[in-house]
Amino acid sequence: MNDNAWIIAIAASIGAAIPIALAAVGAILHERSGVLNLGVEGMMLIGAMAAFLAADAWGNVWLALVCGVLAGGALGLLHGVITISLRANQIVTGLALVIFGTGLAKFLGEPVNGLKRPVKIDPLEVAGLGDLPILGPVLFAQDVLVYASIALVVAVSLYIYRSRAGLALRAVGESPAAADAQGIAVSRVRYVHVLAGGLLAGAGGAYQALARAPSWNQEYTINGLGWIALTLVVFSNWRPGRALIGAVVFGFALRSQFTFQTEGIDFPPQVWLQMAPYLLTILVLIVTSSPGARRRLGAPAALGVPYSRDER
Amino acid sequence: MKRSLRFGAAALSLALIAAACGDDDKETDPGTATTDGAETTDGSGGEPLKVAFVYVGPVGDAGWTKKHDDGRKALEAEFGDEIEVTFLESVPEGDEQPFETLVDEGNDLIFGTSFGYMDPMLAVAEANPGVCFEHATGYKTADNMGTYFGAAEEARYLSGIAAGHATASGQIGYVAAFPIPEVLRGINAFTLGAQSVNPDATVQVVWTSTWFDPEVEKQAAESLTAAGADVLAMHQDTPSTGEAAAEADAKWLGYNDDMSSFQPEAWLTGPVWDWAPHYIETTRRLLEDGDCRNDQYYGSMADGMVGLASYGDSMDQAWIDHIEQVKATIIDGSFKPFTGPINNQDGEEVVADGESPDLGALLGMDYLVEGVIGDIPAS
Repeated sequence: MNDNAWIIAIAASIGAAIPIALAAVGAILHERSGVLNLGVEGMMLIGAMAAFLAADAWGNVWLALVCGVLAGGALGLLHGVITISLRANQIVTGLALVIFGTGLAKFLGEPVNGLKRPVKIDPLEVAGLGDLPILGPVLFAQDVLVYASIALVVAVSLYIYRSRAGLALRAVGESPAAADAQGIAVSRVRYVHVLAGGLLAGAGGAYQALARAPSWNQEYTINGLGWIALTLVVFSNWRPGRALIGAVVFGFALRSQFTFQTEGIDFPPQVWLQMAPYLLTILVLIVTSSPGARRRLGAPAALGVPYSRDER
Repeated sequence: MKRSLRFGAAALSLALIAAACGDDDKETDPGTATTDGAETTDGSGGEPLKVAFVYVGPVGDAGWTKKHDDGRKALEAEFGDEIEVTFLESVPEGDEQPFETLVDEGNDLIFGTSFGYMDPMLAVAEANPGVCFEHATGYKTADNMGTYFGAAEEARYLSGIAAGHATASGQIGYVAAFPIPEVLRGINAFTLGAQSVNPDATVQVVWTSTWFDPEVEKQAAESLTAAGADVLAMHQDTPSTGEAAAEADAKWLGYNDDMSSFQPEAWLTGPVWDWAPHYIETTRRLLEDGDCRNDQYYGSMADGMVGLASYGDSMDQAWIDHIEQVKATIIDGSFKPFTGPINNQDGEEVVADGESPDLGALLGMDYLVEGVIGDIPAS
């Protein structure tokens, strides 16, 4: 038994969790405003692709990250126009966004398909603490985005539950009509949070492209992470802290299959791990398409329902 | 008003879907040509010979598929207007449909470049006797279907020597795709090479269950360095293993192509392929003689289908001299990497003293040799 192998596996699970956690926290903000977001996978792909192209063009990893975030935000804004202003069916448009994002990422990413990423986000060495036994690799040898993401989860939790704006957000998600009567600008609140969802999904995709996947590939760089993020949104009951914990568990499930092999443990069957994103996608679609199931899991009451003052 | 807005939104989403799908169609446009029941042309009719390639990964994988695509480009350069060449990339294994589509589009010669295309290709070949099929890495043939592959084990053995010299801990890691004979053969030859200079060296294997997935390949490699390996080899289609090796200050042996530029400081060497001569020769036979190849071609270092990549800067000149010496004996046929006595993982003798397995035994190899750590997973 090699303890070090497990410690490194756990440390690596945290890195693997970050793209999922960023996208999930974004989707929580997005959906807390009452707008369903099945398009996360597409937003992550666009964010990843934009980040990779920017890194390829300018060779600056932080500029690339910003480009990925903004590209995700652009798709979020598009989703906002369609679902908030045009009040289209949120399930159909979310899925269309995935198809759109996939196609666009493939088209624009074609010239760099298979290329090694030109720059990458490297781990920090926090004042030599990375060499501490056990805690060192897990806590003190991660990259700056890992720490930033954890801080973000705390900040978003405080925002949702402890701030006035968060209260307005929850009101809009639970009962837009009542919020409207209180003088809250429903559409504006929804736009802001749908945009935030896009920006954070873009950040997750960009992190995946710049820190995780060694080369750009349309089919493999994101490969279901957006769907895993959506599962976490549902099973965290739309709570950021729980989503982060779920992401780390997922990261460990994805990463540990090889440590099980090197440690000679005949578990778990690889096929199940590889099926997981697809099984979870089916589960998410079932749960989010059924209003009854949504309510039981603590979804915002107005989730998936376009708001129109005329129809009150 | 509301109704028209809804309608507009629906139309917009449809447009989005159409845009996305339209992009996909470009890759595998089914409506190009429909010469029904394509006949083998002999090149005299003025129509160009239609040749198609089916790849398991993207042409930009920097490894396996890239090398086949290099072969395709060499083929096009050789014959110019006499042939018309297309390819499909990232085609999943086990499906007949891509091959049927290529037959329907009037192709005369179809190369399939992954093991898992074997049964679908055989089925489509038997249903279309007028079309020629060439399958890389498999073992099933038909009147109009041949196979081609090469003795990568020769170069694997040499890269094993490099690993045996380079390892300080004696623990070598090996990122492997699937437990099929081709991969087992490579692991075994590599291990024998490493043990030839470092008798106590062990080779730990992890299985990824994928030929191509950059992040998964890297994670598998990371698990090996975490377990103590200081040299990593790989039977995967991308250079991702090299990144994990470089990050852990380990050394790295590539595969398929000279990958030295990806992580120069970690690079040692690795087996490489050159498919171009085979593609040119197979096409020439069909084009000029109307001869549809159906043999089982097995290339080697001697004929150049298999080679060894450049040596990394960290390689000691003495190691290089030693490898070059063994390489010369492999090319002149005086040394075979699989020469007994060879024991399997359970310590049972699988190749007797002084013997060498024949081609059939090599192609059907189903065991790992002593010194390899890790099981062959049940399929």
